[in-house]
Amino acid sequence: MSLISIENLFVTFGEGSQTVRAVQDVSIDVAAKGSCGLVGESGSGKSTVLRAMCGLAPVASGRILIDGVPVPEPRDIAFTRRVQMVFQDPYGSLHPKRTVDATLSEPLRIHGVKGRDAKVIRALEDVGLDPRFRFRYPHQLSGGQRQRVAIARALMLEPEILLLDEPTSALDASVQAEVLNLLNRLRAQRGLTFLMVSHDLAVIDFMCDDIVVMKQGQVVEAIDREALAGGRSTQQYTRELLEASSYVEAAAG
Amino acid sequence: MSLLNVEDLRVTFDTETGPVEAVRGVSFHLDRERLGIVGESGSGKTMTGRSILRLIRPPGRIEAKRMEFDGIDLLSVSEKRMRQIRGNRISMVMQDPKYSLNPVMKVGAQLTEGLRMHDGAKGAKAKQQALDMLEAVQITDPERVFHAYPHELSGGMGQRVMIAMMLIPDPDLLIADEPTSALDVTVQSEVLAILDRLVRERGMGLIFVSHDLPLVSRFCDRVLVMYQGRVVEELDAKNLHGAEHPYTQGLLNCLPKFGGDRQPLPVLNRDAAWAE
Amino acid sequence: MSVLSREWLLDPSPKSRGQARAGQIYLGCVRLFRNRLALTGLIVVLALVVIAIFAPLFATHDPVAQVLQDRLQRPLSPGHILGTDEFGRDIWSRLVYGSRVTLYIVLLVTLTAPVIGLIIGTVSGYFGGWTDTVLMRITDIFLAFPRLILALAFVAALGPGVENAVLAIALTAWPPYARVARAETLSIRSTDYIAAVRLQGASSGRILFSHVAPMCLPSVIVRVTLDMAGIILTAAGLGFLGLGAQPPLPEWGLMISSGRKFLFEQWWVATMPGLAIFIVSLGFNLLGDGLRDVLDPRSSGK
Repeated sequence: MSLISIENLFVTFGEGSQTVRAVQDVSIDVAAKGSCGLVGESGSGKSTVLRAMCGLAPVASGRILIDGVPVPEPRDIAFTRRVQMVFQDPYGSLHPKRTVDATLSEPLRIHGVKGRDAKVIRALEDVGLDPRFRFRYPHQLSGGQRQRVAIARALMLEPEILLLDEPTSALDASVQAEVLNLLNRLRAQRGLTFLMVSHDLAVIDFMCDDIVVMKQGQVVEAIDREALAGGRSTQQYTRELLEASSYVEAAAG
Repeated sequence: MSLLNVEDLRVTFDTETGPVEAVRGVSFHLDRERLGIVGESGSGKTMTGRSILRLIRPPGRIEAKRMEFDGIDLLSVSEKRMRQIRGNRISMVMQDPKYSLNPVMKVGAQLTEGLRMHDGAKGAKAKQQALDMLEAVQITDPERVFHAYPHELSGGMGQRVMIAMMLIPDPDLLIADEPTSALDVTVQSEVLAILDRLVRERGMGLIFVSHDLPLVSRFCDRVLVMYQGRVVEELDAKNLHGAEHPYTQGLLNCLPKFGGDRQPLPVLNRDAAWAE
Repeated sequence: MSVLSREWLLDPSPKSRGQARAGQIYLGCVRLFRNRLALTGLIVVLALVVIAIFAPLFATHDPVAQVLQDRLQRPLSPGHILGTDEFGRDIWSRLVYGSRVTLYIVLLVTLTAPVIGLIIGTVSGYFGGWTDTVLMRITDIFLAFPRLILALAFVAALGPGVENAVLAIALTAWPPYARVARAETLSIRSTDYIAAVRLQGASSGRILFSHVAPMCLPSVIVRVTLDMAGIILTAAGLGFLGLGAQPPLPEWGLMISSGRKFLFEQWWVATMPGLAIFIVSLGFNLLGDGLRDVLDPRSSGK
């Protein structure tokens, strides 16, 4: 049975003539310890699916289930222990006036977890950050270091499901490689389930077994990695995306 | 003689903690060809592009042994003369059309503003020129775009308008700073194709600043790879996999390969000696 | 004590929360002291505090004792460095004791109005919807009245006196702070760092007070210091109308209004307290600017 089931999800913003149908009839299943990637261009609604999952976007209709149980509305505190999210922009997702320590211990404080000092230090080690970064402010860190902090924060409550919203698109290519490796290692170590969003098909292909291609709020094609690599995609749009990201190898030889 | 000659360019910022050099002795020359400048954030690639137009604000300082454009010494000309050169002879396309187009002015007014200022062209003639240019960047309904506000255009459309605006005065040199990074991949290639065609047809020089090494090499003749304010390698774009510098190789290898295996991606081990 | 060395304070990788915080405070002070203007402001404000606390030591005369044969003496006349007023009271001594009243008013207003404004503004901006509509319409109603008139109405209802004047000023001064805080909150509430803390299960109260409010604080503080002169003057205005500080209390605004009658012949009676208000307001403004920089960790560099 799948751990995450999204069934016929619709998300709309605004009312009347201003209505924007950001997500239309999207269904996605992710198996426990699996990894599913949503790929699409801007305005495809891929990030909105993630935000709807954790209650940051309004669900117009459809169901979201975890372990076969519909998610509570509004999301309760138990939900936050199972599902966490890493945001796209590490410059905007860390509170500029809080040290790394304050950011990482906040979830523990909210949930009343004891032994915060030790846990914060371990979390920093887990994401490959030196403990001397602990009392720094976000502006004293590089983009890659910030994203490591954001990942550490998402893992503080030891969730099973990690939602990744373009976690590397604001980073340099060499830093992207480090962060992707880190995410893969953490997933293997902790048995995490990933639902990841990216505009970069090559990144999704590297990270995920199941790939969902989205365009203008709808699912164009759901395909697994082998089928995509074997050229068994049936949709023109998927092949266009594939072509656009394949020039990379063509150029690099 | 080359169109642009830069020798030992340095950009220094005087900060509280002492001077910080963003560009440290960059030299290159450019004919009517396409030159790529590639590097990661903080490598000084944007500063290099901007300093050619003297667009560095204090506390930043530009120094160079030589910086000549078509026989004009860019370091010593007056600010007034520099304003004529900017836009008229050297143009610049920025990263995000959302921030480089004036949101409260119609596209048409912004397009013709430069014409009226530099050439003193009159209304109808200026408009015709602008419409032609919009057509040249493959906008199918130039009349509608001419009367639209920037927010009514998509990102790719906005960037085409930017390119049109920069090319109207028919400059000799175009500096494009990450012109497609804010665009979707499928739109990206269209915009690049337009840029490519226009540059070829008009025989302009182009400096293409980007973080994306494969993209730049596909599109340019020569590539400068920058690291911490220095050029670490100059490459023939066709010969990208012949890159010798470990930094350039690292940049190429750390990208996830489509359909590749799931081994951890090679990570760049930065050598302090590269910055020397 | 070797623990409190400069190296310990500036350690880029502190060992404990305490050390990190001490280092932050130290850096804040260094930044404040490096800024000449802010330092000037700090000195003026500290001087005001010292003078207010030790008023009897600084005063040369009894501030309320009337010596009618010495009335309207020029400044620098023997025994009266700033001259005397129409009842022969020493102006310097009255200014010294008046600093207590001024400080008292300033303290009470800054402890109440910005807090009310911050709470209403952040709640309104964060929750939106009808909460926002109701709170902002109330704010609009308060903003629509001229401040002095509204304060007058409050004092008229509450009765004259310094405390009631302060209360009236606080009740009329909060709307601008609420507006500033709301505007800031509107942009802060949609940021990813607020989304992240919501995802961690934080309650609305926690988000508002420990995540949103600290981001609004700098603009509110700057606004408060800019308003300081206005607050002192409103208090003076109420005093002038007989609704604030009551004679013979040496309140600065009251002193100006009584000196007004002799402004052309005996200019110093009104000018001296005016200068005092000017210097103190300037001091608060300069300090406020400096504080804004100190409160922003981004300005600290690496």
